[in-house]
Amino acid sequence: MTMAVELSQVSRHYGAVRAVDGVSLAIEDGEFFSMLGPSGSGKTTCLRLIAGFDLPSAGRILLHGQDASSLPPYLRDVNTVFQDYALFPHLSVLENVAYGLRVKGVDRRARERQAEAALEQVALAGYGARRPGQLSGGQRQRVALARALVNRPRVLLLDEPLGALDLKLREQMQTELKGLQRRLGITFIYVTHDQGEALSMSDRVAVFHQGRLEQVDSPRALYTRPRTVFVAGFVGTANVLSGDLARRVSGGERPVSVRPEHIRFGAPAGDQVGLEGTLLDVQYHGPVSRYEVEVGGAVLTVSLPSDDGPEGSRPRAGEPVRLAWPRAAMVPLEPAA
Amino acid sequence: MRSSAPADGPRAPWWLAAMAWGGLLFLHFPIAVVALYAFNTEESAFSFPPKGFTLRWFAAAAARQDVLAAIGLSARVALLATLGALLLGTLAALALARRPFPGKDAVTLVFILPIALPGIITGIALLSAFRLGEVTPGFWTIAIGHATFCVVVVYNNVVARLRRLPHSLVEASMDLGADTFQTFRRVVLPQLGTALLAGGILAFGLSFDEIIVTTFTAGHEKTLPLWLLNQLGRPRDVPVTNVVALTVMLVTAAPIVAAWWLTRGTEDVAGASK
Amino acid sequence: MSALTTQPGAGTLPLAPTRQGPWRALSTGLYRRPALALLLLLVPPLLWFGVVYLGSLLALVWQSVYTFDDFTMAVTPELTWANYLALLDAANLDVVLRTVGMAAAVTVACAVLAFPIAYYMARYATGGLKGFLYVAVMLPMWASYIVKAYAWTVILAKGGVIHWFLGKLGLLGALEWVLALPVVGGTSLSTSNLGRFLVFTYVWLPYMILPTQAAIERVPQNLLAASADLGARPHQTFRAVLMPLAFPGVVAGSIFTFSLTLGDYIIPQLVGPPGLFVGSMVSTLQGSVGNVPMAAAFTLVPIVIVSLYLAAARRLGAFDAL
Repeated sequence: MTMAVELSQVSRHYGAVRAVDGVSLAIEDGEFFSMLGPSGSGKTTCLRLIAGFDLPSAGRILLHGQDASSLPPYLRDVNTVFQDYALFPHLSVLENVAYGLRVKGVDRRARERQAEAALEQVALAGYGARRPGQLSGGQRQRVALARALVNRPRVLLLDEPLGALDLKLREQMQTELKGLQRRLGITFIYVTHDQGEALSMSDRVAVFHQGRLEQVDSPRALYTRPRTVFVAGFVGTANVLSGDLARRVSGGERPVSVRPEHIRFGAPAGDQVGLEGTLLDVQYHGPVSRYEVEVGGAVLTVSLPSDDGPEGSRPRAGEPVRLAWPRAAMVPLEPAA
Repeated sequence: MRSSAPADGPRAPWWLAAMAWGGLLFLHFPIAVVALYAFNTEESAFSFPPKGFTLRWFAAAAARQDVLAAIGLSARVALLATLGALLLGTLAALALARRPFPGKDAVTLVFILPIALPGIITGIALLSAFRLGEVTPGFWTIAIGHATFCVVVVYNNVVARLRRLPHSLVEASMDLGADTFQTFRRVVLPQLGTALLAGGILAFGLSFDEIIVTTFTAGHEKTLPLWLLNQLGRPRDVPVTNVVALTVMLVTAAPIVAAWWLTRGTEDVAGASK
Repeated sequence: MSALTTQPGAGTLPLAPTRQGPWRALSTGLYRRPALALLLLLVPPLLWFGVVYLGSLLALVWQSVYTFDDFTMAVTPELTWANYLALLDAANLDVVLRTVGMAAAVTVACAVLAFPIAYYMARYATGGLKGFLYVAVMLPMWASYIVKAYAWTVILAKGGVIHWFLGKLGLLGALEWVLALPVVGGTSLSTSNLGRFLVFTYVWLPYMILPTQAAIERVPQNLLAASADLGARPHQTFRAVLMPLAFPGVVAGSIFTFSLTLGDYIIPQLVGPPGLFVGSMVSTLQGSVGNVPMAAAFTLVPIVIVSLYLAAARRLGAFDAL
């Protein structure tokens, strides 16, 4: 199968700053692919390189097998949904959506028809005559989506599109976007800093850190088998043990990661390993409670269901505790660079 | 403790309000005088109080060939200067609005110089340049001189607007299939619309009213301000001069207010202070 | 390259092939070379300014070291410092001092007159009133310069408004007394330095009001509230907080009043006693006399003074207030 998008050792420098450093990845046709990372990690720059708003300093970008590295955006068969929606304020909603068609020379009736259809697709039928300024944030986002989709791109790029929406609306839009992608069957490349968002929507996720790609995997694999210290800590909460502590529990030199939900209080039994420490703090989070335990200089987080065990059977802050977890729950990570 | 100097809310102390309104009255008083005299029946309009009310000087002024010629020349020069300023100012603004590059500050300074330096310097500089190039002063030299200092007015307005234009709009347009020129035509230009209009109006007013540089760059032609200056040595012509003065004021002031109204709400009303 | 654009996605689009004209090719070429695009944008304006404006300025400065032969009334390209030395002659120095003195006086007067107006506009006017006041200040500013100068000749004339007004108030004697004063006075109001000073102040006043008003407006309200909260009485807050913060605006306005007065030669010609200003010197020298080198040397005076003034003003923070 031809890859929809391929990046081959792509770099983008600004003087001494390496915004993107030697990134290679291959995105399949029809997949929901997320690029995840903190701000400044290079994920947005990568997206812009794919879209053509920026040209790479090194490396190649292939779109459906063809070298698009130096093509301007209007010659690439991708469309973008911008973080600030970028709706043209001087045009009506319908004119906004029909913009791409108009530029291509589609005649008026045809493009208005298609624009109306696109608006229906995003549940904004009948809003064509309004101006962007009259719409709410969520509505503007849908218009931006319709405007991109009406051009039937093979790849849709989304740059943190839900960032400006409130929580409830964001969750609703996440479901809608996922459904939309399934129905259309086109490739979605989605940039976000919210790991929950990336995990819940994507087929695969690429984790970026300081301009480099740390890991590309399915959400489940990222969570259960992180490869680096950064990924372990960024995707979900992780307890990363390194150096001395790592040696004691795993017998090896590499740092290891243990998820908070795999740790129990008590002495290790059977196939478990453990450490001793002091309980620092308890935080009640509804269904689960989180315990911060100081162990040999590091702070581990333990996550347990709140109602487990009779009242008083859980340790209190300041008390010495013993922690235990299955050996198999430990994931070895790449040594720190 | 109640302070008597907060911003909105409590009224100004009477003496401050008196000084403020008094100052404003002072600003408008001479203009009112000119307006008043334009309707005076008396021919020697230097006397006060005016003797009577009449409109006949308006008709007389409209019949004067030299008045009409001066107005025509001023209008043609202003039009040309405005077009030149719009073109050059927009190009410069497009270049300078975003990326910094070595020498950007120097370039900005060069654009501001014609209006920052006293007009006499610009005037004599241009004149000596024309003489060196053996160009006879005339319509074109006037227009060139005016265009030179009108550029910065357009530039200021356009740059201010461009800075508020999110770059994502340009990217979105290109993303949807429009190349640079199409994007300029369909997205950037409409957004610049009122800034260009305001800049153009200000440039037109600036050119129409200009006298100092013009005295150097004009040959025998008389723009309207030059005509007025010339009239000051003709006491018998005073009533017509009054009428023309009043008309000039109305013609140049009204569009300026319009330009202000168009750009109000932007953080700096570019060009408002010459 | 065109394969990408004629291969739409999940469905087929009934559209014409994307345009491949020369404009598009140019656009793509420039997209890949942003430096070239920048250059192309800048060339026309820079060419104009570089050649027409800067070129003529340099030609002017260059001419100031040429020689002017008094006998033949011709300019010869022999290099000399004579013109600059001539600037130090008593007569010429007198001209310079007179001009600078008037510029300074006008600046101070404008600052004093503008401040109450600016303060009122900034702190006590809101919404519609503020807009009205803005227009009220801008209208006289943009009203034709020559018309305003002309209006003053009418007002100051013997039969004009001021005389009539003073007559009604019985103050004509006081006017005589003022006119008899050495520096300030003259033979009549319209041929006195006082008259000239009034006209200058009037004409440049709006240029002082606007930057001052902007600076006052920019003083955060919470600073004044904090000052009051710490126990300062209104006039103390005014002197210790507002004035220093608004001062750059006044300096910014003073750049206009000072430099505009320095270069003006029309108002001195219309109003006031005989006695030349730098502007008039330049005008006559290059006009009827044809002594362009000397005129050029004279223009350097305002250039130098304004540059020094600008440097000082920038130190005082005026550029941020512009």
